[in-house]
Amino acid sequence: MRFNDAILGVVLLIFGAAVVLHSRGFPGLPGQNYGPAFFPSIIGVALGLCGVILVVQGILTRREVGLVTLGEWASSPRHRGNFFIVILALLFYVLFSKPLGFIPTSLLITTVLMVRFGVRLLPAGLMAVASTLVIHTAFYKFLLVPLPWGILTQVAW
Amino acid sequence: MDAVATAFGLVFDPYVLAVIVFSALFGLFVGSIPGLTATMATALLVPVTFFMEPVPALAAIVTAVAMAIFAGDIPGALLRIPGTPASAAYVDEAYAMTRKGLAERALGTGLVCSALGGFFGTVVLVTSAPTLAEFALNFSSFEYFWLACLGLTCAAIISTESPIRGLVSLLIGLFIATIGIGIVSGHPRFTFGSIELLGGVSFIPAMIGMFAVSEVLRYTTTTVHLPDVSQTPIGNLFKGLWPILRRYKVNLLRGSIIGTAIGALPGAGADIAAWISFAVSKKFSREPEKYGTGHVEGLVDASAANNAGLSGAWVPAIVFGIPGDSITAIVIGVLYMKGMNPGPMVFINSPELIYAVFLTFFVANIALIPLGFLAIRSARQVLRISRNALMPIILMFCVVGSFAINNTVFGVTVMLVLGVLAYVMEENHFPVAPAILGIVLGPMLEDNFLTSMIKSDGRIVDFFERPIAGVLGVVTILVWLIPLVLTIRRRLKAA
Repeated sequence: MRFNDAILGVVLLIFGAAVVLHSRGFPGLPGQNYGPAFFPSIIGVALGLCGVILVVQGILTRREVGLVTLGEWASSPRHRGNFFIVILALLFYVLFSKPLGFIPTSLLITTVLMVRFGVRLLPAGLMAVASTLVIHTAFYKFLLVPLPWGILTQVAW
Repeated sequence: MDAVATAFGLVFDPYVLAVIVFSALFGLFVGSIPGLTATMATALLVPVTFFMEPVPALAAIVTAVAMAIFAGDIPGALLRIPGTPASAAYVDEAYAMTRKGLAERALGTGLVCSALGGFFGTVVLVTSAPTLAEFALNFSSFEYFWLACLGLTCAAIISTESPIRGLVSLLIGLFIATIGIGIVSGHPRFTFGSIELLGGVSFIPAMIGMFAVSEVLRYTTTTVHLPDVSQTPIGNLFKGLWPILRRYKVNLLRGSIIGTAIGALPGAGADIAAWISFAVSKKFSREPEKYGTGHVEGLVDASAANNAGLSGAWVPAIVFGIPGDSITAIVIGVLYMKGMNPGPMVFINSPELIYAVFLTFFVANIALIPLGFLAIRSARQVLRISRNALMPIILMFCVVGSFAINNTVFGVTVMLVLGVLAYVMEENHFPVAPAILGIVLGPMLEDNFLTSMIKSDGRIVDFFERPIAGVLGVVTILVWLIPLVLTIRRRLKAA
């Protein structure tokens, strides 16, 4: 999804202004002119200036570049779906990996994504089981990362 | 000399050697799969190296990257799709050779020149780094401020098509670096009450998001399909190679020199090195008309250059702590996590570590020949692996890697947010590398800047008073002004 530079410029301008305004609330260092707000304020101002330049560029080229140019994928429902399903899968992990446990969550996510991308169900399931077990063993057993067991706590190995 | 002996002991340890072999295979695999870059190989490897001692951790990264950069040539020659961006410069040439039935010559030349170029870059690294480090011992916060500025400016301006977009990317990275407890003041900034953000945006989840998750997102939304692997058999790789090397020895040397120099330039890495040396090769060739028709000459230059660039990028990274490209930016992040602050002091405090890194570079470039040979042999099987099945597995690996650093799902959230950010940025032609450099160098830049400001009581003149700081400052400002002057000149000419 491509936006016209003017839109991006406005977003950056607002963001830069917000950074500067928010930084003004930081307490200064006693006896110093340069405190925690100094550096973020410079970044905010610079982002705002870049925003202005992009707005000008965007207005100059508005004939050639539309306000929003959708990529080829956006007109294909399948690819559009792919994009959101990956994001949903990651959100699902963030929300449910603890109660469900790593193994069930990972099995579900990998199988669903593989099937969605066009792998047949049986091979997808098998590969999901294999990859989940390999990742789990590598990180849980060897690197001692406390991946959650969730509903499998009773049978944890 | 003691340090060198210790370094030998550190590297030629069964565990470290096993790590090297494993990361070599991993690098070759990732590099040969189109769409998975050498940077992604590093990003995926870092969470694992997090649990290792510094020497195996660095050895893993050095080896995997060297292998991945070469392996990018394989799908380039066989499918006309570069495995990594560093192979893009000569992918048409290599594919043209394959169509003429010379696939083995294209790949064999690529392999041997990669190893030789990498070797050359390493020699330069080994000889120049200690001398530079001695010089850098006299640097104060002013010099470091300007060095960081110069590195970041080069990354944002020189290596991107649009300086303004590079600058925005850099500023986003610098902003992300300010999140958390302020280094100078101890006041929480931009945390909005979140306890998890107090420690700042963790570097590993950020990097995995920007370099791996964004790639997965791009893959899932790509409407283009991979062509089938051409069925031409691959013959003896090393047949007829010697005459090529002898005939183009100047090209080999030139590619290596250009590659090392560009790699050492902050912000420009192996891919730019390959483009430039390919162009130089064509310009100075006695038969430029043959380029594009499957002529081996340009491959010699460019394959040597991209591998030489890898070693070159380590020079500013180890000596000053200023990364030469996004891979060394990641390495610097790893060094900080291991409690080793890159910079000249490393040469004094732990020289054996530096020598161990040098040694690994040599080992990796020597191992490249046999392992690369195997990779080419098994290329057809690797290219047949379904990327539809691979991408979900990579995604799970990213998730676990981001989780493993602090053992909270907050890392996964950071990875997701920055992954989407990087994807949107790239869709809108904003380069991502400056942002990661900003995240890594942000704290150091702010620290040196504030220290210098407080020392000089806000007088800008002091930033130029010390001779080296003055030169660096003037160079940095020139780099800022050049694009401006060029734009104005272009406007004037057009008018």
